[in-house]
Amino acid sequence: MKCDFCDTKATVFLTQLIEGQMKKVCLCETCAKEKGVTDPTGFSLADMVLTNFQKLVPTMNTNTEELSKGAGKTCPDCGFTMEDLRKVRRFGCGSCYGVFSSEVSMMLRGMHKGATHAGKVPEGLFASQSRHRQIKELRVKLEQAILTEDYEAAARLRDEINQLASLSK
Amino acid sequence: MRFTTLIRHPADWMTGVQTEHCAVLTSRIRLARNLQGHAFPGWAMKAQRSETLAILQPAVEGLSAMKDAFSRELSELTPVQKQVLVERHLISREHAARGEGSAAVIERRQSFSIMLNEEDHLRMQAIRPGLQLTQAYESLSALDTELEKKLEYAFDPNLGYLTTCPTNLGTGLRASSMLHLPGLVLSDQIGPVLQAVNKIGLAVRGLYGEGTESLGNLYQISNQSTLGESEEVIISRLERVIAQVASHEQNAREKLMEDDPSMVADKIGRAYGALRYAHIIDSKEALTYLSLLRLGGNLGFFPLETVHLCDSLLMDIQQAHLQLHAGTKLSTEHRDTIRAEILRSRLQSFDSPDIRVTNHNETKRQPKDGNPENL
Repeated sequence: MKCDFCDTKATVFLTQLIEGQMKKVCLCETCAKEKGVTDPTGFSLADMVLTNFQKLVPTMNTNTEELSKGAGKTCPDCGFTMEDLRKVRRFGCGSCYGVFSSEVSMMLRGMHKGATHAGKVPEGLFASQSRHRQIKELRVKLEQAILTEDYEAAARLRDEINQLASLSK
Repeated sequence: MRFTTLIRHPADWMTGVQTEHCAVLTSRIRLARNLQGHAFPGWAMKAQRSETLAILQPAVEGLSAMKDAFSRELSELTPVQKQVLVERHLISREHAARGEGSAAVIERRQSFSIMLNEEDHLRMQAIRPGLQLTQAYESLSALDTELEKKLEYAFDPNLGYLTTCPTNLGTGLRASSMLHLPGLVLSDQIGPVLQAVNKIGLAVRGLYGEGTESLGNLYQISNQSTLGESEEVIISRLERVIAQVASHEQNAREKLMEDDPSMVADKIGRAYGALRYAHIIDSKEALTYLSLLRLGGNLGFFPLETVHLCDSLLMDIQQAHLQLHAGTKLSTEHRDTIRAEILRSRLQSFDSPDIRVTNHNETKRQPKDGNPENL
């Protein structure tokens, strides 16, 4: 058995329960000393597994690696950058979730029971937001209808838009 | 409302009615919300934070439930006052570390508290006695609905309520109950039970939340996942699990009384003796004995009111509460003396344990609340 850090023969074996999962580390004597394994008070396998121990838990680190791909992105609303996200794993403002959407979906993997919201919705706000979106879409269709001289459809769309707009007042 | 007025009385949820499960002390619901178009508190500049606070604070103070509430910017509070609020679970430890630009608005009976500019713009909380997560959620959700008419929340149809940390995304809901589990601890079953709870994706923590140690056999169980399920689904699962743990606890207590009544009576008797006669007691020791005294109240060694007395003493003997009581900064030694003084005086008129409960032939215990006086 080889050491997980270097390629020397491992002589120290350690098993610990971390977050309900069994984790095993194999170390050579030099690495064991370096990591403080011989001193039981100063050693936590969790720290090792969760911070810099790449070989053991490749899935945990792919996130960080994949995150670095989007480097250079910045939220136009609050100035939060990819670099900040990687450092704090939190966001700067509500708009960040749109800016860093691909990173968000990566981070959410396995974090929650699902990936889509299924709970309460702020009623007033949400209704008006979705109306705005609908009106936008209808306006695009209306323009197309006018361009293709489909006046019947255009009239119908215009009425729909007016009706939606009146709800927003 | 003044600080002293707020703190003078124990919170409603500390002295509340006992529900079916005597092992469940309190139920707590927390909702995280943020404003659209404003940087989250952790990322905002100082001026931006104050700007956001100027929008949030009047909106929260204007809520019907917050009439005559206690509302302060954290810079207006002394370190001891902040710590007292932490000990009462009204603000978080993280929030207590903040100052200018952050505030706390607390309902007069301490059933609701809202932290402004904590990790999120709004961290709203409702606490109820016993196992009442659904009721706590409904009351807090009503408050939230009232607020959303005045404030524009950061919300995404797919991701739900947007929060600083993605671990709170979606519902922004953290539901938790505080459980008193001496029976499971004494019978060495606590490990497997908590592991099982953990396995189904629920978190178990000590008395003061994340990273705190479990003192006085007190444990908090809460949800971790906030996205992908509705509030109702999350809460009903949690309620089911908590009721199960509470009934395990009840069984463990009954089994202990059947198998080894002398051991139980001995522990409770010694706890009683120590609390009534000690002159120097640190908080860890006091919490350990109060836990046993509370157990004694549930098992019929003491009148049932003991349980409430223990729950309010749990707060009163903590560091900042003692300092507030003494009105001055206290050394550790002095604190331990005052703590013992308070305990002795509150237990002054307390009768010694009624050991008839350990005798099976004379009295039969009633399984539900274990109080033989009721028979």
